[in-house]
Amino acid sequence: MAGTVPKRRRFRNINAKIAAIPMVATTLVVFVGGTLWTILYSFTSSKLLPKLNFVGLDQYERLWGSSRWLTSIHNLMIYGILALVFTMVVGFLLAVLMDQKIRFEDTFRTIMLYPFALSFIVTGLVWQWILNPDLGIQHIIREMGWTSFAFDPLNNPETVLYGLLIAGLWQGTGFVMCILLAGLRGIDEDIWKAARVDGIPRWKTYVFIVIPMMRPVFITTLVIVASGIIKLYDLVVAQTSGGPGTASQVPAMYVYAYMFQAQNLGQGFAASTMMLLSVLIVLIPWAYLEFGGNKRG
Amino acid sequence: MRTLKLAAGLLASVALPTVALATDLEVTHWWTSGGEAAAVAELAKAFNAGGDNWVDGAIAGGGDTARPVMISRITGGDPMGATQFNHGQQALELVQAGLMQDLTDVAEANNWKEIIYPPSLLDACTVDGKIYCAPVNIHSPEWLWLSNKVYEDLGIPVPTNWNEFVASAPQVEAAGKIPLALGNQNWQSNLAFGALTIGVGGLDLWKKVNIDKDMDAAAGPEMLVVFQAAADARKLAAKSTVQDWNQATNLVITDQAAGQIMGDWAQGEFQVAGEVAGKDYTCLPGLGLNEYISTGGDAFYFPVNKDPEITAAQKRLAAELVSPEVQVAFNLKKGSLPIRGDVDLAAANDCMKKGLKILAGGNIVPAGDMVWSPDVQTQLGDLQAEFWKGQEMTPEEAQARYVEILKSGL
Repeated sequence: MAGTVPKRRRFRNINAKIAAIPMVATTLVVFVGGTLWTILYSFTSSKLLPKLNFVGLDQYERLWGSSRWLTSIHNLMIYGILALVFTMVVGFLLAVLMDQKIRFEDTFRTIMLYPFALSFIVTGLVWQWILNPDLGIQHIIREMGWTSFAFDPLNNPETVLYGLLIAGLWQGTGFVMCILLAGLRGIDEDIWKAARVDGIPRWKTYVFIVIPMMRPVFITTLVIVASGIIKLYDLVVAQTSGGPGTASQVPAMYVYAYMFQAQNLGQGFAASTMMLLSVLIVLIPWAYLEFGGNKRG
Repeated sequence: MRTLKLAAGLLASVALPTVALATDLEVTHWWTSGGEAAAVAELAKAFNAGGDNWVDGAIAGGGDTARPVMISRITGGDPMGATQFNHGQQALELVQAGLMQDLTDVAEANNWKEIIYPPSLLDACTVDGKIYCAPVNIHSPEWLWLSNKVYEDLGIPVPTNWNEFVASAPQVEAAGKIPLALGNQNWQSNLAFGALTIGVGGLDLWKKVNIDKDMDAAAGPEMLVVFQAAADARKLAAKSTVQDWNQATNLVITDQAAGQIMGDWAQGEFQVAGEVAGKDYTCLPGLGLNEYISTGGDAFYFPVNKDPEITAAQKRLAAELVSPEVQVAFNLKKGSLPIRGDVDLAAANDCMKKGLKILAGGNIVPAGDMVWSPDVQTQLGDLQAEFWKGQEMTPEEAQARYVEILKSGL
């Protein structure tokens, strides 16, 4: 097919194509090139400096034998699933409430979006203090008289992930709400009118008409939230630095620790390649749905 | 106005090289706490007195944060004038890649081979017979710090070694206090384990495992005893919920906890709190069982630089760091031990004097950083973090993993 493309078509929009060359080159060299370089060196025994002495799959074998890495993956799965479900559900509910033509909507929207303006480092530190038994919630409630009250999620390996989750949800839900609110506003007013004429209850209209119509918005939000979860790093560093023990380790911390602290680039590259793989697992179905869907439509 | 500034700038850049010896040298390090900053100021003062200019490049957040920054600057072709590392294997690959200045001529001119004590410090700076770093101090992590008041209140004598400490723990616990304060960060449990290895296991075992790399000894029954001691310690530290080491030290200072295993830098905290060694707190080097201390510490490395003036200034600084005046001024402020045996630290406190005595007696072992690569150290830290976080992992399991990790570094 490619050979039969008429010459005229190839040179159409020639200016635009020339203008795109720097962007294409940057993408190829910096993003694709860097990625391939990392994958290549993940098969070497590079320590502090990258060296091309190949050791096959040794780094990957060690990675998947390392209990810290396995804990990291396990933690990320739990955190990821919970964070995804809760940000989407809570974010959507808030967006729906916001969509009821309430008074002071701008004010509420601003308040809900404020946490997103804070970096994860600040969020993590603030929540570390709030959840600290000697400074935060536990302390205040005990001061009020309930001396047996105990709330100390961050120092218990069993509950530390939920402590992280609280902070993560506080930060991310407002953002999801705003995107979904924009999606809700994009639904034609006539659809609502038609649903009302047919006597469909409001909740049914949301569940069976509006949500299916918002599919592209949902998918985009899902991808943004999911890729944010996979690269989760700064929140954990600020809130627990991976502790207690290894109870709140995440893959990105493993990559950093082995690339820079342990001076073992090969191991760090192998771990980051695995992270790339998990990002691709999220992205490929999305790309398929987004771009594959257009052709059918 | 702008052209004027530009002209002035140009003029200044032309004028600079004509000022003899006044070379700017950027020095990066991770000494940012109060006492540490005061100690660095002593180094800068001595260097500036020689007519050069110390440009301070402190990187906050501790060595784990600072080292990646330093390494990427050196490998990225933007080297600083001088940089701190812990002497040992941290900068080994940078040296092997030819990125560090050879200081052998400075060392020979100043007779470092004779004066630097213990000699292992200089050995740690030596690669293929050439010297690449200037050691500045010795820090030892194998200390047990005890609160005297906790024991006075209980009416029992202050323990004189680790075994007595463990035996007294039930009474301490019954009084509602934490027997052992331990921060929840990996390096702290790793440090405690290292101290137990020398204290409980003894020097022979330590040497067999870490220097001769005898894996049978690492898997043997003597090493299992060390892991069992660590399991004891982990039980005693179960109620300690602080994060940073100085918060844990603070538990001992405020008599909420009976003891802490921490390096000699902890005594800075006791001093700041106005406590007196021997009266308010007790320090037991080598946990009171085996009075050995390991001689880790800090050293300065000098990345290779194209500018010959900077190279000359680097060598001047290297010579300065080892000089007796700088050693005394710096180490008194830092609370660490000097790297030469011929200086007089009359102002040192009780605990520092204990350390000096052990040092003079030669009861010293190399630090973990010198015998194992950072890769092995990080893995050991991960293992200890997992071992100490709950009570699930048995000493036997931990030992099996320990041997596996050491084997990966052979």
